[in-house]
Amino acid sequence: MPPVCWKFIKLHENLAPWVPVVGLEIHAQITSNSKLFSGSQVQFAAPPNSLVSFFDASLPGTLPVLNRRCVEAAVMTGLALNCTINKKSLFDRKHYFYADLPAGYQITQQRVPIAVNGSLSYSLCIDNKMSQMVTKTVRIKQIQLEQDSGKSLHDDARSQTLVDLNRAGVGLMEVVMEPDMCCGEEAAAAVRELQLILQTLGSSQAIMAEGQLRVDANVSVHHPGEPYGVRTEVKNINSIRFLTKAVDYEIQRQIKELENGGTVVNETRAFDSKLGCTVPMRDKEGKQDYRFMPEPNLPPLILYDAKSLPANVNHQQVVNIDWIHERLPDLPSVKRAKLVELYGILPEHSFTLVNEDGLMEFFEDVVKRTQMKPKKVIGWILSDLLSHLKQHSLTANESPISSFLLADLLNLLENGDISSSAAKQVFEELWKGEGKTPLEIVKEKQLELIQDQEELEQICQAVIDEREKEVMAIKEGNKKVINKLIGLVRKATRGRANPLLVKQILEKKLSE
Amino acid sequence: MLRASLRQISAALKEGQITPTELCQRCLALVRSTQFLNAYITVAEETALKQAEESEKRYQRGQPLGELDGIPIAVKDNFNTAGIETTCASNMLKGYISPYNATVVQKLLDQGAVLLGKTNLDEFAMGSGSTDGVFGPVRNPWSYSRQYKEKSIPRSDSEPENSNWVIAGGSSGGSAAAVSAFTCFAALGSDTGGSTRNPAAHCGVVGLKPTYGLISRHGLIPLVNSMDVPGILTRCVDDAAVVLGITTTYIFVCSMSLFRRLSQSKLNSIYPIYIFLFFSVSCHVSGSLAGHDPKDSTTVQDIFQPFALPTLTDVSKLSIGIPKEYHVPGLSSEILAVWSKAADLFKNAGAKVVEVSLPHTHYSIVCYHVLCTAEVASNMARFDGLEYGHRSDMSKSTESMYAATRREGFSDVVRGRILSGNYFLLKQNYEDYFVKAQKVRRLIANDFVKVFGSGIDILLTPITLSDAIPYVEFIKEDNRTRSTQDDILTQAANMAGLPAVNVPTALSERGLPIGLQFIGRSFQEKQLLTVAKWFEKQVQFPMIQLEEVKKHDDGVLQHQKSASFS
Repeated sequence: MPPVCWKFIKLHENLAPWVPVVGLEIHAQITSNSKLFSGSQVQFAAPPNSLVSFFDASLPGTLPVLNRRCVEAAVMTGLALNCTINKKSLFDRKHYFYADLPAGYQITQQRVPIAVNGSLSYSLCIDNKMSQMVTKTVRIKQIQLEQDSGKSLHDDARSQTLVDLNRAGVGLMEVVMEPDMCCGEEAAAAVRELQLILQTLGSSQAIMAEGQLRVDANVSVHHPGEPYGVRTEVKNINSIRFLTKAVDYEIQRQIKELENGGTVVNETRAFDSKLGCTVPMRDKEGKQDYRFMPEPNLPPLILYDAKSLPANVNHQQVVNIDWIHERLPDLPSVKRAKLVELYGILPEHSFTLVNEDGLMEFFEDVVKRTQMKPKKVIGWILSDLLSHLKQHSLTANESPISSFLLADLLNLLENGDISSSAAKQVFEELWKGEGKTPLEIVKEKQLELIQDQEELEQICQAVIDEREKEVMAIKEGNKKVINKLIGLVRKATRGRANPLLVKQILEKKLSE
Repeated sequence: MLRASLRQISAALKEGQITPTELCQRCLALVRSTQFLNAYITVAEETALKQAEESEKRYQRGQPLGELDGIPIAVKDNFNTAGIETTCASNMLKGYISPYNATVVQKLLDQGAVLLGKTNLDEFAMGSGSTDGVFGPVRNPWSYSRQYKEKSIPRSDSEPENSNWVIAGGSSGGSAAAVSAFTCFAALGSDTGGSTRNPAAHCGVVGLKPTYGLISRHGLIPLVNSMDVPGILTRCVDDAAVVLGITTTYIFVCSMSLFRRLSQSKLNSIYPIYIFLFFSVSCHVSGSLAGHDPKDSTTVQDIFQPFALPTLTDVSKLSIGIPKEYHVPGLSSEILAVWSKAADLFKNAGAKVVEVSLPHTHYSIVCYHVLCTAEVASNMARFDGLEYGHRSDMSKSTESMYAATRREGFSDVVRGRILSGNYFLLKQNYEDYFVKAQKVRRLIANDFVKVFGSGIDILLTPITLSDAIPYVEFIKEDNRTRSTQDDILTQAANMAGLPAVNVPTALSERGLPIGLQFIGRSFQEKQLLTVAKWFEKQVQFPMIQLEEVKKHDDGVLQHQKSASFS
């Protein structure tokens, strides 16, 4: 049973609430040197039609030869998504005429796909509060191997269609998620988690901007207790942000349509990112009959496990599921748990570390190089580094402050060489990326803490002498007022005084 | 000399009795003088002479590549040949020059064979007469034989002599006619439902359809991928074994048990034989011509051993099965008599001859029709005028361009099959037609498994309902009707993936060839051909006496008489 949706939507107080239902079909391009059934190279943004084999152009008489790497990637992904790997899966032809589909059919796995019946757990925060995270699960119906199509470029001015077959035949994994989600945010969180898993496995780079991860969302709404409504499919969503918007827009649109007495038609729609709405796609007139049939040029794909592996078999020619299972890297959820355990950081912090591109590695590099406690390091990573990165739309790998520099800076702080306010100043300087080390900046700006006890005592004395009123208050027992004096000393030293030391000196002097 | 067998001519080349260039020139001359047969679509004179020259150099150095070096061959025009037009006898591919060689073509060339040209066929191999291609029908060389002339009575004096010519059979009619008319020593055909064996029977040559998966289909423009097999047409059984040896070099020995187990499994697949591993290992050693082709995932992967065809002297240990279901309505009494005589021949020589039953045979042709048209519909989808082949001038929209291209490019026969195939594949029909046909296909394959499992070594059957009929008679029925009649005795072997061979057996009352079919166990080509060779020796099928060719030719045959083996 799908989990009960926690979100009922009510547009009008006097009308029955709506339950939105969202299912996803995600196409992930497999990271592989060559295509699914041919030896052509796979490369993004290569010159048009430069990566096309005879098979990719569907020259008569050419035959598909399955790429082992693509099979392994799909098995890995299936295992990571808790799927049952089918020891025998089949390939099918799906027919339709389109200029960027040279054979007139796509080879896919319609009947018996390589992996079935999995699940994906993902977390999201409620009301944008990091402290209120919930974990949800979406069922994975299946993962199927299939060919990507080429690309058509329509030149309306000259009424021409140009075809680029570089992408034709690139291996895809289609991950079909059951309709267990109920809003854009959930869909986005699930896709983000899937993206992280794929990237961790290396089975897909899953860069949405490069079309390596494309999402189709099936959306419907119904009243609680009633059967599911008619669904629409929003196709080819190419960013997570757009996914949230597209799904939420579509839910609202359907509810409004129904409440105004209209009907939802089963159709494919596209998300217009400029207008922020979904629009019907004009390409398909009526229902297509894909006339599926078994792909006769590919025998059933047989996979083995340790038990079924035949003796004396050439290992290059078989895929062993157990072998792949043993070598799976730590998945994001495991990584998060390990971060919490290893560094004593909060679960929500581990979530951010893992979800932000390269941030976990950055954090761990810093931790390795500094004596500062990880619990303190995380503050710098999340509040200082990450906010700067976000402001400038950068990933951790693109940070102008390397993990080395940040570690150096935190070491200065930890050693008591500089105060934390000075450290913030150094951080700002480092962000400029002028190639200076933290120490150079500290020296240049004279930010190092005053180590000379005598000098510090003189400054404290000067403050005491100027502030009779405060001194009186302290002597009368209002101990809190000492903080004001500490502040004044800090001001006088431009943050270069160690507050603890200052407090000691002041206390000593005031008790004299 | 051109009447010699492949092995004889190979020996002559080795002994220097003739050079590859001379041989090639004589064949080309004969190709020209027999042009009226319409056996060739393209004659690759220039490249053939070049290949012959290369071969000649190798012989001069004393380093020929093997038995095929310098041997003129022909290839059906549905195999891709780099640099030589490949048309499938269709407007769709007229002028199409493939950038690559089919694996089988490459293997023949690698062994030094000289490719004379591309032979005629029914459009995209859809037919059983070689009458339905855009380049016109193939004429059976026997139409011009003394044997036929003497026995056939002209229907009336007013009728032109020319109208009596008989069809070559099909769809590899061009290849069969080319071998039969001595223009080449071997030819490649393709066999989906009988397309190699049927014209072989009508033209009086040996036509071998090997086991599905033994020979690579890469580069063969498909008709039905799950049944297509490259076929071999030669003058005698030994020659077929030589070419098979070249196209496969080795024959399957090591894991028969595995295949038997797999082929008996109940899994509902379209494969009569399960091929269970198929990641190609890229270390393909060139020159080693094992059956597996990394470019064809349906070829067998197992280790092969070379074989030489032994001469069988004792058939007493053989068990020959006579499937009673092959006694079909419409089978001519003449063919029936030849079939019975052949069975007696085995019996008298001490073989066990048993009547057997293949109970699902009756359903085979209907199922073949469904599976064939479904795959045809799918395979033909790529011909849209975009990447290659014919493109219509129609430019209203992409869709209208597709439609016009396909209307102009395909004949009615091809379009008819596409239409019915698409009908069978529609979602609402798929279970009722395609899936049912697949299931029956499994039953048909199992029939054979059971019979062979009961101790039968080889099945002996007729291959055609009658001898070849005159073209004017043949075209009175449409392609669909003809194909149904003509494939009836041959397509079951394709449904089951089994090896089968036509052996020319006798001449009919009209002086035309009658062949019989031997069907063997999967990957047991050696046994099949050994028995076929024994049979061939017993029946002493007469050589064609090409009267008409003498009249048409430039004196090529007369010239040869002095050097002839016969």
